[in-house]
Amino acid sequence: MVPVSYYVALATILFTIGAVGVLVRRNAIVIFMSIELMLNAANLAFVAFAQAYGAMNGQIFVFFVITVAAAEVAVGLALIVAIFRTRRSINVDEMHELKG
Amino acid sequence: MTLDLIAFIILALVAVLSALGMLLSKNAVYSALFLILNLVTLALFYLLLGAPFLAMIQVTVYAGAIMVLFLFVIMLLGVEKLQEDRALKWQQPVAILLGAVLFLETVYIFFVSSEQSKKIITEFRTLLASAGDPESAGLMLFNQYLLPFEVTSVLLLVAMIGAIVLTKKEKA
Repeated sequence: MVPVSYYVALATILFTIGAVGVLVRRNAIVIFMSIELMLNAANLAFVAFAQAYGAMNGQIFVFFVITVAAAEVAVGLALIVAIFRTRRSINVDEMHELKG
Repeated sequence: MTLDLIAFIILALVAVLSALGMLLSKNAVYSALFLILNLVTLALFYLLLGAPFLAMIQVTVYAGAIMVLFLFVIMLLGVEKLQEDRALKWQQPVAILLGAVLFLETVYIFFVSSEQSKKIITEFRTLLASAGDPESAGLMLFNQYLLPFEVTSVLLLVAMIGAIVLTKKEKA
């Protein structure tokens, strides 16, 4: 039986990689994918604790996190497509004006 | 070295390497494919942790629908080889430094600090025999978590409407 702390450490590493991805990358879609990586790291921690405490509540919560992530991705990608239509670019460094 | 530990180490290596590949690859399609590999690895972790229902949901919904949507949008916009020059030159080193600080903070909280947090993390009971299958998930979803379940249906409807409204072409 692998200790819970190993899973928590792995979730921490994945979350940090996702966080650095949000800060470092300039492509809006890759930033979005890093956010999904962070959500998945949290999901891993949830499921690991659900197994450790023998409760199903963690797994049900992951179910809801996946659902909310799906809704968020739909709206976020629609936003990116709409922005691309007007500005012809999704480099976030060029999105510094609210006008347009 | 039990089989559990060997499987954990191999899968953990694949997960971390694919996450790094997603972070570092210049082509957005490669990043999406690395993330799909990461999501499938996490689904295997859920299988190891006794959550087969979640593993299937992860593969079907996350790797199968959400990432496919990402790939559609990347190819629709044609932005895979984005020229990434940055407006603030100092941002990248500072971001990497802050990421390292975040990691050290969480390591400190989980593994070094007070006795109480150590106790929470290291004590566990044995796995219930019937946990993790669709039947027990359904029993919880439709009894204790019925309200969030119904609310997520409204959430998905709103997201669908939002996506359609945002991408509708304006009639000039």
